[in-house]
Amino acid sequence: MVHEGTATVKRGWFGSLANPTRFSALAARTIPWLGGLSAILLAVAAYMAFFVAPPDYQQGDTVRIMFLHVPAAWLSMFAYTLIAGAALGTLVWRHPLADVAARAAAPIGASFTFLALVTGSLWGKPMWGAWWVWDARLTSVLILFLIYLGLIAMWRAIEEPARAARLVAILALVGFVNVPIIKFSVDWWNTLHQPASVFRMGGPTIDSSILIPLLVSAAGFTVLFVTLLLGAMRNEIMRRRIRSLQIRQAGATSSARAS
Amino acid sequence: MTRKQRRLSIIAAAGAVLAVAAGLVLYAFQDTIVFFNTPTDLAEKPSPPGTRLRLGGLVKEGSVVRDQGHEVRFIITDTEHEAPVVYAGILPDLFREGQGVVAEGALREDGTFVADTVLAKHDENYMPREVADALKEKGVWQGGTPTDRNAN
Repeated sequence: MVHEGTATVKRGWFGSLANPTRFSALAARTIPWLGGLSAILLAVAAYMAFFVAPPDYQQGDTVRIMFLHVPAAWLSMFAYTLIAGAALGTLVWRHPLADVAARAAAPIGASFTFLALVTGSLWGKPMWGAWWVWDARLTSVLILFLIYLGLIAMWRAIEEPARAARLVAILALVGFVNVPIIKFSVDWWNTLHQPASVFRMGGPTIDSSILIPLLVSAAGFTVLFVTLLLGAMRNEIMRRRIRSLQIRQAGATSSARAS
Repeated sequence: MTRKQRRLSIIAAAGAVLAVAAGLVLYAFQDTIVFFNTPTDLAEKPSPPGTRLRLGGLVKEGSVVRDQGHEVRFIITDTEHEAPVVYAGILPDLFREGQGVVAEGALREDGTFVADTVLAKHDENYMPREVADALKEKGVWQGGTPTDRNAN
């Protein structure tokens, strides 16, 4: 997959990132800064979540689960959108890093989806009176989680990397149909899950004393996501390099034996 | 047309077909996908007594009556139609008058809905107690009553 030095130079800034070596170097330099920034943001968010944000007028202190649940749910969809974008990059432009990005994003996205499902369940029991219901929102997010697992399994099941990249990209694009369904499920059908509170027509319906800690937390988790993604992409690039070295070595020994 | 453009247009066409297909499937199944029916749905499409369904709406103000034991009677309304509900069991914390609920059970011959599960539905509004009180005072907002667990 990774052809070192073969990336065309004419592509400009974005094209220069297509060179895995240059990308790895850039990632290595930015990861500590991004990691530090996410640590600071998440520390501020945790302080605000526990000590600054007031209890909700109806939910009491249970509302604090939102500071974890909502960013996790947003990132679960953001990560999938990124994978779908990368799938286009793989299929249309044959971008050398597109499949690397998708493959690195999938386990992180799956983790955030799992976190959203678990924290939602912990909130649902005291508030709704049920750990789980099969309404449109919860079911579509569970399907998202299963799609993530399907993508990861498919990458691992197909031996040849280029073939795996193409087939997984097609599956990822098909699965993208679920993302708008998740977003609009609460508007299209009666659900137990509440409708959108932040990204909605007419502005947020969350009081600023609760909204600001939520946005800080979302920013912290987003920077954390980017940090983890860059790290995972570096690892994936190295893994592919090791693989191609092993193949070259195996080829060398077998041809030496043959002669 | 370059090869890239051709690939992109194939994907766009496939995506459009997929989106239409998904839309048609979801449209066809919309009666199954909805989590609950409103009292208006019930009035328009009456289902025979004994059919299991979920009934959702607001608990009508002043309608909650607690019988001996732990049986609770209340009325679910969607402001157009109403349905009487009877339930024996533990109610969720958020259950109160004016609040959204979803009751799971079946209709009895006399038109009363006998619930075996009652779930509270939370709305999209989040605010501290003082803000809720202030908004109420100004009459801007008429939402649910602030938590007062002693009264429940």
